Amino acid sequence: MKKFVLIFCVCLTLPAWAVVEGYKYQFDSQRETDRFNQLAEDLRCPKCQNQNLADSNAPVASDMREKVYEMMQAGKTDEEIVGYMVERYGDFVNYTPPVKSKTLFLWLGPVAVFVIGLLVLAMIRRGQKQALQPLTEEEKERLNALKNKADTK
Amino acid sequence: MNRLKLFIPLAVFVAIGILFWVGLGKEDKDVLPSPLIGKPFPQFILKTVESGEETNHLPEEPVLVNVWATWCPTCKAEHAFLNKLAEEQGIKIVGINYKDDDFKAKQWLKAYGNPYLFNIADPDGQLGLELGVYGAPETFLVDSQGIIRAKHVGDLNATVWEKLGPEFEALK
Repeated sequence: MKKFVLIFCVCLTLPAWAVVEGYKYQFDSQRETDRFNQLAEDLRCPKCQNQNLADSNAPVASDMREKVYEMMQAGKTDEEIVGYMVERYGDFVNYTPPVKSKTLFLWLGPVAVFVIGLLVLAMIRRGQKQALQPLTEEEKERLNALKNKADTK
Repeated sequence: MNRLKLFIPLAVFVAIGILFWVGLGKEDKDVLPSPLIGKPFPQFILKTVESGEETNHLPEEPVLVNVWATWCPTCKAEHAFLNKLAEEQGIKIVGINYKDDDFKAKQWLKAYGNPYLFNIADPDGQLGLELGVYGAPETFLVDSQGIIRAKHVGDLNATVWEKLGPEFEALK
C-alpha cells in the first residue's frame, strides 16, 4: 500500500516535466530531448503571459515549439534559437532576460527587497534588546515613586 | 521617531496601491513592444488567397498589413472599419490570412466585403512567426521601402486610427 501511494505521488509530479504535445518531437538522444524541454521551459509564450512554451496550448506556442524543433534539427545552438525568438517577440519571451537598464529592477528588485527585510529585522531585534535592558537607578526611583503614589490612593 | 515608524505600514500600503493603480489601470497591458519596428518586412514566398499564385513582395508604397483569420472574433469586429478605410480613404491594405483555410477566407470576404489589395495565405503561421504575431488581429504600417514603421495589436477602430492615421499619412 505504501509503495502504491509513493508511486502515485511520483506520478502526480510527472505533468510538470512534460511538454504539451512533446510526443511530436522525437530526438535521437536523451540529451537532445532534455535540451528541447529546457528551451520550451525557458521561452515564454507571448499570448498567454506567465506560461512557458512547454505549458501552453496557444496556437502561437505550438508554432514556436515547432520552430525550436526545426532549428535544433538544423543544428542551431540554444543562443541562436533564443536569439531568433527575441528578435521577433522581444526580450519578453526570454524567461532569463539580459541585464540592461530596463531590466535592472527585475534583477536587483528581489535583492533590494531582501536587504530591506534584513534591515527591518535588525531594527526589530535591536528594539527588543533595548526593551530588555535592566532599569537604571533613576528609572527604579521613578517606578517606586509611581507605585507609592498608586498605593496611597 | 518611534511615532513616525507607525506610519511605515501606511506608506508601504500607499506605495503598493500606486503601483497597482498604474500597472492595472494601463490600457493594453497585454501589448508587447515589437522589436521589429524599423526593420525590413521579413522575406516570404507564399500563395495568395485569391489566385493561389505565389508572391514574395508587398506593393512598393505605404501599406497597412493586416493579420486576420476567420476564427478570430475581433477580426470580424474590425472588418467594417477596414472596409471603411479602403473605400472612403483609399488606404491600401494587404491581408495576411493567418492560420486559416483559403475556402473559409474567400467565403468571409464575399460575405463581409473585401478591403484588401490581396491576401497572403499563411496557413502554418510561418510568416506570422517571422512577424512576431501572437494574436490576430495585428496591423503593421509598412513604408514604400518595405520597412515596418509601427504595429498595432488588437482591432483597428476610429480611436486607434486617430493615432495611426497621421503616422500612416506621414509615410507617403
